[in-house]
Amino acid sequence: MDFSFTEEQTLLRNTVERFVQDKYDFETRAKIIKSDDGWRKDYWQQFAELGILAAPFDEDHGGLGGSAIDIMVMMEELGKGLVVEPFLPTVVLGGGFLRHGGTAAHKAEVIPAVIGGECVIAPAYAEPRGRFNLADLETTAKKDGEGYVLNGHKAVALGGPWADKFIITARTSGGQRDEQGVTVFLVDKNTDGLSTRDYPTVDGYRASEVMLDNVKVSADAIIGDVDNGLELVERVMDEGIAALCAEACGVMKQLVDKTIAYSRERKQFGVAIGSFQVLQHRMVDMYLNYEQSVSMTYMVNLKLGEDATERKKAASAAKVQIGRAGKFIGQNAVQIHGGMGITEEMDVGHYFKRITMIDTQFGNVDHHMRRYAALSE
Amino acid sequence: MDLNFTPEDEAFRAEVRAFLESVPPHLRGVSRRELSKEGQLEWHRMVFKQGWVAPAWPKEYGGTGWTTTQRYIWQEENAAYEVPIILPFGVTMVAPVIYSFGSEEQKAKFLPRILSGEDWWCQGYSEPGAGSDLASVRTKAELTEDGKHYIVNGQKTWTTLAQHADWIFCLVRTDPNAPKRQMGISFILVDMKTPGIEVKPIITIDGGHEVNDVFFTDVKVPVENRIGEENMGWTYAKVLLSHERTGIAGVARSKKGIERLKEVAGQELLDGVPLSEDKGFMSKVTELEIDLTALEFTELRTLAAESAGKGPGPESSVLKIKGSEIQQRLTELTLEAVGHYGFPFLGDEQLDGWNESPIGPDYAIGSAPSYYNTRKTTIYGGSNEIQRNIIAKMILGL
Ligand SMILES: Cc1cc2nc3c(=O)[nH]c(=O)nc-3n(C[C@H](O)[C@H](O)[C@H](O)COP(=O)(O)OP(=O)(O)OC[C@H]3O[C@@H](n4cnc5c(N)ncnc54)[C@H](O)[C@@H]3O)c2cc1C
Repeated sequence: MDFSFTEEQTLLRNTVERFVQDKYDFETRAKIIKSDDGWRKDYWQQFAELGILAAPFDEDHGGLGGSAIDIMVMMEELGKGLVVEPFLPTVVLGGGFLRHGGTAAHKAEVIPAVIGGECVIAPAYAEPRGRFNLADLETTAKKDGEGYVLNGHKAVALGGPWADKFIITARTSGGQRDEQGVTVFLVDKNTDGLSTRDYPTVDGYRASEVMLDNVKVSADAIIGDVDNGLELVERVMDEGIAALCAEACGVMKQLVDKTIAYSRERKQFGVAIGSFQVLQHRMVDMYLNYEQSVSMTYMVNLKLGEDATERKKAASAAKVQIGRAGKFIGQNAVQIHGGMGITEEMDVGHYFKRITMIDTQFGNVDHHMRRYAALSE
Repeated sequence: MDLNFTPEDEAFRAEVRAFLESVPPHLRGVSRRELSKEGQLEWHRMVFKQGWVAPAWPKEYGGTGWTTTQRYIWQEENAAYEVPIILPFGVTMVAPVIYSFGSEEQKAKFLPRILSGEDWWCQGYSEPGAGSDLASVRTKAELTEDGKHYIVNGQKTWTTLAQHADWIFCLVRTDPNAPKRQMGISFILVDMKTPGIEVKPIITIDGGHEVNDVFFTDVKVPVENRIGEENMGWTYAKVLLSHERTGIAGVARSKKGIERLKEVAGQELLDGVPLSEDKGFMSKVTELEIDLTALEFTELRTLAAESAGKGPGPESSVLKIKGSEIQQRLTELTLEAVGHYGFPFLGDEQLDGWNESPIGPDYAIGSAPSYYNTRKTTIYGGSNEIQRNIIAKMILGL
């Protein structure tokens, strides 16, 4: 057993940490999320130059051959800075689909473009009426000669406005919620019939509704196997959860630290509010919640390679922990900051907003409790 | 003990409903954030015309003379029809101080204008350094040599809707050398148009503008605008702080909120089945509903004690704590119910006169901002920690 980090991992962490410290202070981020574009494309280029975008990919394709732990340390640092650039959608999810299911051609063409910062990918797996069930798809892909025709509406694709390509889940056969019949497609944004409605999200990101109106793609667009895509989707989403948990740990760390610091400085009744025992115990509970979350984040990242049932249980368990801890920590960080906690001008409220939405992303506590219970039957 | 409404109560309810039926649709079902100043005033004037703005005031000043049951019915029907609230700053906050401690001139000058909605009031208590510890206010009011004016300097903060206000009531320090901090504070009324007052918005995490900083630089206030005696302001303010318990718990509105939440859960699908059929989610809704029922009866018991002549006391802290926690839980479960469509952030332009179809279902719009915003309820009006301190000290005797 070993819970230490390799030299490479420490180096990666330091790289991201330094980037966030130097270039992603609170004011800069505030400007970025308010700007028309909503992200800094030049930062994305810098990510490419720093090797951040290359971490999980094979050396054959120009990557660094990193593991889930490499992603974990980076995501934690990105979380600390509330970085909105689409590392999770593009590198973790997009990259995951390409690595586990992409054809040799995808790998040869798309992975280097991702690594080079020239290709942003936004997975569009959710649907307006599907909630968190990844198989509940109304979007269809019908065979059309050699290719397929896609029709449907994909919901809340994070990073969509910046994407060059979407990864789209669609039904190629079976009933609306059948496990069989799900197929994954890699589709260029500028394909005829594909349109988006772009909007900001409540936690500072950008997302798109993706409308598919007779979108014609060739069979080369398929990632993984026809009809058997669900296992791939679940695998990639579990990797996404593992990365998201790490981001959440970064966010929670900030919430805990900032609250402790504030309670030391803020004086009422002639003393620091941190001297009130009721607040001390609250902050202790915040800390406990954070530590338990770090443990679960390590756990899931170490178990991503295990058999599917173990992996799924690990991901769901970690997501439940993160969802609950995030709520407790977020709410109490705001509470202990008093009125300041709900102002746009103070950073703590922004961490609170993000940790809140992390519970929804990839399915909330209830969803993952249900999934865990079903897997344990 | 019984729970029945008398025939008179039922007749009153019918009268209230008849009035509420006449409220135009643009004033119904709009959250406070969406309601414009004009909308707020339109509603206030409607209720004023009806003579129902100030149920809790003594009749001589324009109160309705209702029983506590009637006041309860009024609240309940207001919530059911989803009409706006009557803002508390004038009617329930400053008016009782004016009619309890003000001069005859002050009563004659201010009370009718509060009733009619002619004057919009805001509350200038909190300061950057004086939140929970309100007695540490530092905004200074110094008498001019001729004794006719105060010169006010300092800063108030978190002032709700000061951007619309005509008047502000303030706690100011008039005796910095008083033996106890509470003894050097006066209660003054300030015309917002006075030179030297500057209002600056504070934007909250939901993107809304409901609170402000209010800066005072050599603001000249006639001494006639002081309530009661100099340095006695704290005593007056304390009476105000625990005044008017009807409605503080927000029971009627939370009941409506639970109804709405169930509607949302009825529309949102989980594996093709409405979320309202999911045991896990609905047990949380049920828990909340039961909590609310308990609070409703706690409130009714408090009201009964009040109408039996027991003055307002620390029991209002019970209502504040439970009421605010239930409001928060309601927004929490609503956000949970809407799933992915909690994400889109639709700016004001999309709330008002937006012609395109919204992103996601109508019921999801604003659920996250509303959850964010509602964190305020355990902070303002005396934070829940402070309320618990009050109960520990005043009720439990610890
Ligand atoms: C949306 C909103 C609207 C408001 N509107 C108005 C208004 O119109 N007019 C007005 O005058 N004010 C208004 N307020 C101010 C409000 O009353 C204060 O925010 C509140 O009194 C808390 O003060 P604070 O924000 O300075 O927090 P602080 O007093 O700094 O408290 C920070 C934290 O410490 C805790 N704490 C403080 N003392 C103790 C203690 N002794 N024991 C245990 N815990 C303690 C608090 O509970 C809180 O969690 C508003 C506030 C908000 C958020």
